Amino acid sequence: MLHTVNKSPMERNTLERCLQYAKKGSAILLIEDGVYGALKGTTVTDKVRKAMKDVTIYALYPDIEARGMQDRAIDGIKLVDYGGFVDLVAEHRNVQSWL
Amino acid sequence: MSETTGGVEMQEDVSGVVKKFLYVNRKAPYGTIYALESLEVVLIAAAFDQDVSLVFLDDGVYQLVKGQHTKTIDVKNFSPTYRALEGYDIEKLYVEKESLAARGLTPEDLIVPVTLLSAAEMSDLMDGQDIVLSF
Repeated sequence: MLHTVNKSPMERNTLERCLQYAKKGSAILLIEDGVYGALKGTTVTDKVRKAMKDVTIYALYPDIEARGMQDRAIDGIKLVDYGGFVDLVAEHRNVQSWL
Repeated sequence: MSETTGGVEMQEDVSGVVKKFLYVNRKAPYGTIYALESLEVVLIAAAFDQDVSLVFLDDGVYQLVKGQHTKTIDVKNFSPTYRALEGYDIEKLYVEKESLAARGLTPEDLIVPVTLLSAAEMSDLMDGQDIVLSF
């Protein structure tokens, strides 16, 4: 299953809820303000790093770049473009959007 | 004196009235329209020669991060506007220390020079204002 998160983890609890729900082997794609959850040195970094042992985390690079966060993504998070976003949706049987 | 205003008494001696306006920015820049709208309203207050201060708390600190490139998301990059505020005599920009630290950011990561305040100091600043506008 693919999960998407589009809100900042400092403002909403959607990333936290997503991490609780995401089963081993599933994928999480961070988009829009959700990309703030992909960064080093924040209050949620440790939680995300821990989750990466069981799930693959992706972040939409255009949204990272728009926010001036180039080079700040946690190592191991896969950066994708819009084409990669489409591939992820196509590869997974279903999608839960944590709005 | 007010013949042309349909009997409505127009206040004409407003030139001397300067109020302290505080703009509280708590939202990240592109996920919602708040940050951009705040900037628009800030510029209006500046046009009326008011005493304007901007504060950035919580995800609002993300508005000031350097190196924003928005071409690929097809929205206007309004971050250079913060650098232009000086030209409108808006020079009081405050950032909450705690919010910056929680996001792994330092003042060097910001596009403009700002004054860092603790949450307690920010609270005092807020308390001393005539008008507080929240975004």
